Amino acid sequence: MRVLVLLLAFLSVPVFAQQTMPPAPYAYTQLDDPALEAEATALMETLRCLTCQSQSIADSDAPMAGDMRHQVRARLVAGESPTEIRAWLTRRYGDYVSYQPEVSATTWPLFAIPLALLAIVALVLLRRLGKRRSDAASGAD
Amino acid sequence: MIAELGLAALWLSAALAVLQMVSGALGLRAGGGAAAAYAIHARPAAVVQAFLATLAFLLLLYAFAITDLSIKLVATNSHSAKPFIYKLTGTWGNHEGSMLLWVAVLAISGGLLAGLERRLPERTMSATLAVQGFVALGFYAFLLLSSNPFERLPVPAVEGSGLNPLLQDIGLAIHPPTLYIGYVGLSVAFSLAMGALLTRQVNPDFAKVLRPWVLGAWVFLTFGITAGSYWAYYELGWGGWWFWDPVENASLMPWLAATALLHSVSVLAARDALRTWTIMLGVLAFSMSMLGTFLVRSGVLTSVHAFAVDPERGTFILVLLGLYIGGALAIFAARASSISEGKRFTATSREGALVFNNVMLSAILAIVLLGTLYPLLTEAFDVRVSVGPPYFNPAGAIFAIPMFMVMAVGPLLRWKDDKPKRIQFELALLAAIAIGVIVLVAVLGDFDVLPVLGLALAAALGVAALLPLRGRKLARVPIATWGMVCAHFGVAVALFGMASESAFTSEKLAAVAPGQTEEVAGWTIRLESVDPVAGPNWTAVEARIAASRGDEEPVMLAPQSRNFWAPSQATSESALVTRWDGQLYAVIGDRAGVDAAGNERWQLRVWWKPFVTFIWYGGLLIALGGTISIAGRLQVDLRQRHAIRRRDEERADLEALNGRVSDNGPLPEPAE
Repeated sequence: MRVLVLLLAFLSVPVFAQQTMPPAPYAYTQLDDPALEAEATALMETLRCLTCQSQSIADSDAPMAGDMRHQVRARLVAGESPTEIRAWLTRRYGDYVSYQPEVSATTWPLFAIPLALLAIVALVLLRRLGKRRSDAASGAD
Repeated sequence: MIAELGLAALWLSAALAVLQMVSGALGLRAGGGAAAAYAIHARPAAVVQAFLATLAFLLLLYAFAITDLSIKLVATNSHSAKPFIYKLTGTWGNHEGSMLLWVAVLAISGGLLAGLERRLPERTMSATLAVQGFVALGFYAFLLLSSNPFERLPVPAVEGSGLNPLLQDIGLAIHPPTLYIGYVGLSVAFSLAMGALLTRQVNPDFAKVLRPWVLGAWVFLTFGITAGSYWAYYELGWGGWWFWDPVENASLMPWLAATALLHSVSVLAARDALRTWTIMLGVLAFSMSMLGTFLVRSGVLTSVHAFAVDPERGTFILVLLGLYIGGALAIFAARASSISEGKRFTATSREGALVFNNVMLSAILAIVLLGTLYPLLTEAFDVRVSVGPPYFNPAGAIFAIPMFMVMAVGPLLRWKDDKPKRIQFELALLAAIAIGVIVLVAVLGDFDVLPVLGLALAAALGVAALLPLRGRKLARVPIATWGMVCAHFGVAVALFGMASESAFTSEKLAAVAPGQTEEVAGWTIRLESVDPVAGPNWTAVEARIAASRGDEEPVMLAPQSRNFWAPSQATSESALVTRWDGQLYAVIGDRAGVDAAGNERWQLRVWWKPFVTFIWYGGLLIALGGTISIAGRLQVDLRQRHAIRRRDEERADLEALNGRVSDNGPLPEPAE
């Protein structure tokens, strides 16, 4: 049985590659309006390709990334704003799809910790460099 | 036989690591007697270990070269039809093989340390070798108990299952080994720091012994990251050169810590200040390389849940990490009170600037660490969070921008104490350059804030890097200073490349039939033909593209869309045209239907990336700067040894003549 599945998987690879649906029109084609295309690129660079590892949909060959690029461009042409498109995508795929940092119940430490870090850095620098100390002032060490 | 020999060599190495550890620890005990007699075994144990571990690695390399399919690792990661060079590089393209490489490099550096380093007091050396043996033993245990590279299959496989096609690239051949050498160099720095801490010898002499290891590790890390970034750029097919991927971050974090350590060690060597900082950064740098190894090797990145199902390896590394770092911090806590901070200095001194930037580097490191670990943490609670460039770029910039500003000024300041007024001309010049660039770019067009700031800082830094040479006789500038100038200039060059790429890239994605042309940023791209081609283990469609800029002769490009069959995977082979002011990047995709005339169309992606190559030129300049610095230090070191020897001889002659006795202090080091 396992051999059969393996064999099928092997045979299906080239067939599958040739019979896949052609990618959606806007997956690999830019919009004619450069301003709209710039908006699309900016948005796509902050959307995660869900089937890749740490790539945005603007950097991926995965079919799903292509479909999402098509969605982004088609919706921009239809007049939706980037914020609406992001909201639609997050409703559909969850917050995980968006790289845009937003403060929420699950992400607040990502913002609180850098703020704390700023305070720590200021403290360390003040402690180390704040006082004008020199060999003469502190005596021998 | 090969596999059994390799395994035996590994076990023997592990046994020698035990000997090295015990013997070194006995050498640490004060007083002579029977214990001291055993202490002499630490150095030979380390040297022999180096040969045995290297032998084990070479045997595995041989098994891959001849594709010995009775070895499990070879059968699962190689294939008889693979090109020979990728059979060899496949040795470290997998977990077990790469860990064996790790251990071999660790043993070699331990051997070098034990065999060549004679400047440290013998007790400090014993402590260092004991720690080094302890660290090595952990990795031998990991390799032998949970990831044996020499495991045999009960029945030899008929054919291997191949190597990930993305990894079948010359970039992979050099990238991991260089990173490992960097990681391991930091482990030696860690052992030395612990040795000095245990024997209370944190002083400039120790810093001079530590410095070449840190510099060397840092050069390899820099080179490894640069090579890895270029590999991702041309191999992944979309022109991205840094993704803030956890694997990339795993190599960036040790680099950040090593950069801070490197500067701290220089202060310790030249000025006998920042003693505890140096030790802490040594511990931090090694922790980060351990953490990097854990992230990459435990499988935690593919999925936290996959890791939870098969946690053996990850847990092992985590336990090692906890043991080393916990132990180091415990020793540090016990000894910290006995080590004073060293010489004092004011905020407006070169040490002050270095401290500021070390803090900034550590803060950037903390941001990267947070952004890398936080999604893993939430995933364990089934909440998936995406942290990507829109987070890392601004959060890192908060600390990077002040750092670059101080970096421009720091080398112009004097040691110990300086008045900002003395360098007011330089300060005004640099500020004018930065503001000028910002105004110029603002006139040119509408760009994001960070790239514009990057361009301005790059210009100011590029000039600032050369300012330390102003008013000096170039022939008399110490070699190590040239290294610093080169590395700092490299930072400016790389920053310029990054900012320019993100501000000025032009992109063209289109469905094109053969014979049609497209335009991008002054380039005319004509798709001549698309044909099938075949390689040793892949088939592909190859586009023939004529690219010309303005009226010049067209250049022929041949990007491919490859399909590998063992294992089955598709990759894009991009084609590049490199010019002094940027790169043209072309990729051929899938079929894209037919046009109105019935001609078959193909997806074509073309980018013009102005000055993108400067990113990697900059990386190479930084690594070159480190190398020059090592050469400079070695030269000074040899000259000093020679001078001391000659002085001693002269003194001996004098004493022989008139029997006079005088004190014998070390020569002062030039403060650079």
